[in-house]
Amino acid sequence: MSLTATIGDIPRGIPASEAGPAPKRIVVAYGFWIFLLSDVVMFSAFFSAYAVLVHATAGGPTGAQLFNQVSVAIETACLLASSYTCGLMSIAITRHHRLGTYLGAAATFALGLAFLAIELNEFAGMIARDAGPQRSSFLSAFFTLVGCHGLHVTAGLVWLIVMMAQVATRGYAAVVQRRLQCFSLFWHFLDIIWVWLFTVVYLMGVRP
Amino acid sequence: MTDTSYDRAPGDQSVPLDEEESGPSSILIYSIGLVLSLGLTATSFWAANTNLLWGPGVPLGLVVLAVAQMGIHLVFFLHITTGPDNTNNVLALAFGTLIVTVVVSGSLVIMTNLNDNLMPPAGMQMRH
Repeated sequence: MSLTATIGDIPRGIPASEAGPAPKRIVVAYGFWIFLLSDVVMFSAFFSAYAVLVHATAGGPTGAQLFNQVSVAIETACLLASSYTCGLMSIAITRHHRLGTYLGAAATFALGLAFLAIELNEFAGMIARDAGPQRSSFLSAFFTLVGCHGLHVTAGLVWLIVMMAQVATRGYAAVVQRRLQCFSLFWHFLDIIWVWLFTVVYLMGVRP
Repeated sequence: MTDTSYDRAPGDQSVPLDEEESGPSSILIYSIGLVLSLGLTATSFWAANTNLLWGPGVPLGLVVLAVAQMGIHLVFFLHITTGPDNTNNVLALAFGTLIVTVVVSGSLVIMTNLNDNLMPPAGMQMRH
């Protein structure tokens, strides 16, 4: 029996219920996970609204007339690739590898920005064709749902810049590592939301 | 006190330095996830555009593909495992899934029912 065991080093063979308080990074990740799930609940409400209103086009354009599958495929590829580079960035952070961290962050940021640019271009094109959010309930629901995801991506990009500034000034302090861990959870979570978006909105929407 | 185990939370990469050798395998995990996701995404886009499949069944197939891809992301990117330190995360995820299912399916069932049963005059669809 050892009296030198510290929090975070849980001896083998002791049940989790008797191992004492969990390490802080686990508690932090759990709290952030709860936030992400509450975000999922919010998105589920927007998804429901979209699914209910998808045929309420008020004589305006339908999804099949508006959506361009090629740009959606490119957006999907950008977001998936940025999720991957975010994972590579987490590995570099584990190893305290500064160049790898910056490269991974730069790739994640560039791919996320490309995604946003394509999405905003699509929005601008729709609004120019008199298919803005005020045209019909279908388009209101569409812009709310997809725009909310776009806002999350924007917030993630700002967060990534802030985190890189913290890495530059404070190095790999424990608190910075925990924040980076939360960021990567957030970024992967956005990709899961996008999977449902392109499935429900774009792929089902272009079917006759 | 040299024999220690470390807890892992979702997305947790902060492996202590003495377990450094787990690095390459975590790159492999992300790469497997990327390949599987790309395959499922390509299948989704193919299924939505092909004429080979029975049309009315395609939306259900797309939902199944999306659920599969969500699982891939959870396991390979968010590192949800069955380990003891992940129990709380899995329970929270199960609760979230329950709420999402209730919200989405409940809204769809109720609104479809209303649309069917309120019987608007001929030629008047639900238009807002």
